[in-house]
Amino acid sequence: MQGYWRKNVTIMVVLLAIWAFVGLGCGVLFAKTLNQFSLGGFPLGFWFAQQGSIIVFIILILVYAILLNRLDNEYSGDAGKEELAAAAESAGGAEETEE
Amino acid sequence: MGIKGWTMIFVGASFTLYLVIAWFSRVRDTRGFYVAGRGVPAAANGMATAADWMSAASFISMAGLISTMGYAGSQYLMGWTGGYVLLALLLAPYLRKFGHFTVPDFVSDRYSSNVARSVAVLCAIFISFTYVAGQMRGVGVVFSRFLEVDINIGVMIGMAIVFIYATLGGMKGITWTQVAQYWVLITAFLIPAIAISFKLTGNPVPQIGLGSELITGDGKGMGLLEKLNQINAELGFDSYTAAFGGDAMLNVFCVTLALMAGTAGLPHVIVRFYTVKNVKAARWSAFWALLFIGMLYLTAPATAAFARYYMIDSIDGKTQQELPAWFENWEKTGLILWLDDGDGKLRYSNRDDNEVFNKGGLTGPAALLGWDKIIGSQGAERKAALKLLNGQKKIRGPDKDIIVLATPEMANLYAWIIALVAAGGLAAALSTASGLLLVVSSSVAHDVYYRMINPEASEARRLLVGRGVIGIAVVIAGLFGIYPPGFVSQVVAFAFGLAAASFFPAIVLGIFNKRVGTIPAICGMLAGIGFTASYIIGQVYFDIEPWCFGIKAQGIGTIGMLLNFIVTLALTPLCPPPDERVCALVDSARRPETAEDTAPAAVDH
Repeated sequence: MQGYWRKNVTIMVVLLAIWAFVGLGCGVLFAKTLNQFSLGGFPLGFWFAQQGSIIVFIILILVYAILLNRLDNEYSGDAGKEELAAAAESAGGAEETEE
Repeated sequence: MGIKGWTMIFVGASFTLYLVIAWFSRVRDTRGFYVAGRGVPAAANGMATAADWMSAASFISMAGLISTMGYAGSQYLMGWTGGYVLLALLLAPYLRKFGHFTVPDFVSDRYSSNVARSVAVLCAIFISFTYVAGQMRGVGVVFSRFLEVDINIGVMIGMAIVFIYATLGGMKGITWTQVAQYWVLITAFLIPAIAISFKLTGNPVPQIGLGSELITGDGKGMGLLEKLNQINAELGFDSYTAAFGGDAMLNVFCVTLALMAGTAGLPHVIVRFYTVKNVKAARWSAFWALLFIGMLYLTAPATAAFARYYMIDSIDGKTQQELPAWFENWEKTGLILWLDDGDGKLRYSNRDDNEVFNKGGLTGPAALLGWDKIIGSQGAERKAALKLLNGQKKIRGPDKDIIVLATPEMANLYAWIIALVAAGGLAAALSTASGLLLVVSSSVAHDVYYRMINPEASEARRLLVGRGVIGIAVVIAGLFGIYPPGFVSQVVAFAFGLAAASFFPAIVLGIFNKRVGTIPAICGMLAGIGFTASYIIGQVYFDIEPWCFGIKAQGIGTIGMLLNFIVTLALTPLCPPPDERVCALVDSARRPETAEDTAPAAVDH
């Protein structure tokens, strides 16, 4: 089951990196620079802070739900069952840390 | 028919609907009472989560805050929606996999300790009551302005409704009522925004209208945002679109992050993910929730900008005869007030010539005078009083809470639209209040009574205790509404800071790090809570300068959270690892869900 968990964590880290870049990055840290450009009638930084970031957040959760549910299906199929049995034998195996 | 007549109809109809739903979803067991039998479909749970989460603060106050703060107001938009991403990716699916009833349940199981459970229970109850107090204020404002009844009677009516559907149906009743409340509140928010957008810019989509050119008034042909920047500059306010208005970047960053982590740690939002069938549904329901929340949050910036335009355009420079009707209507509530300096013209600005206030709490020499004397003053006395008032930032300008409620009136929309907004505000306040009260009930009845005091209690008895506690909690919440504690607005910052500094790190580490044991987790939580609480209390009650890099009370949860992570991780190598049972528990959450996991969840619905 290590494979499943590793893929799970990879997807999560990538999506969270986008989350931090758009929300905290474009919305706050780079706002002054982005505000020099404009999008329609909006200064770009302002648009990211009040519209763009929220749209990206919704898409991120959608992508996460699709990818993870697909991953779940993949691993709860036959291939997954074998790995699951193997994992059950070596329960409490190698430790992983994420923070 | 007038505004009052329409409001009676809308409020009456929506309240009746909530009661009918409550009757059809009454429950007989604790599973139904606490987690709605785990049979709520993902999309419905998404709507319920959205209504649960979007409180009177989102519906009534947020657009008002953005309207006043400009760019810096974005911290609420990004903080409250960005927190959902954390919740969806880091917490929701795993917590659903563990399959508990409450957040303290998870904390105590993962850290095998009743001390940890007690800390979690206290936090959950504190956060919930803090929040409920804010909702009750929203209910009071709506009732007193639109139905012209006494605030106390308004609060009592609202409480009676919540009492009935929460005790009858528990989580199940609350869930289905919240689904209805979502539609009431989103309709009430979108219709006026669309109408105003069309009126001001000719584009019915508020999100596009926000970036479009005005088609009316003296700013015709000018971009709305450009016009707002111009008005703000003329009147001495900070620019509307420039980065951070009058705020520092570090502060905006910390507030945004604290609100994000705080959102993810709020117990009444987390428990919503316990009500769905399985992990897959939990993931989908997080998506639906943010989509439904996004409908309001993407519209709020537009409402805020429209309101800013109308607020200044319709009152600044006007004489008593020229002032619009909405101003007089709201003046009765004391949330907006004009004190003329003698020239007969209203002046709303960010300088000392400002004449618009709200009847907030006075401090210093102004408090000695009191509002009655200030309002009764004339000539030189009035001028001296204005100088004192303008020295107090908090009472300068209208109360931010009236902005969303008054905008439809400012834009001269139909009476029924204005009434719809009142019903929406009530839906937002009641849906959140009921969700929070259930958290209080489950914390006391399930975590304290059943898990710690009387584990042998029968099903019927647990249900009775659950209902009893929710009844008592409703009464306490009602008292908060009738005798509002003066600290409501400050403690909301507290609730988020606390959630960010306590639950969020404990749950994240509990899932993603198998090595973290009981002692580090409890020390981390206590360090986070202790630092955050003392910083906020110091700043709010003892006027201590924000000594930590100038970060204000609202943002300090970010530092508290970091502290919690650091303390926990630093102590971890020195303390014993968790036992095998806990390791197996964490492992089980890291495996994909199988059919066996979800089988017992099938309950009729």
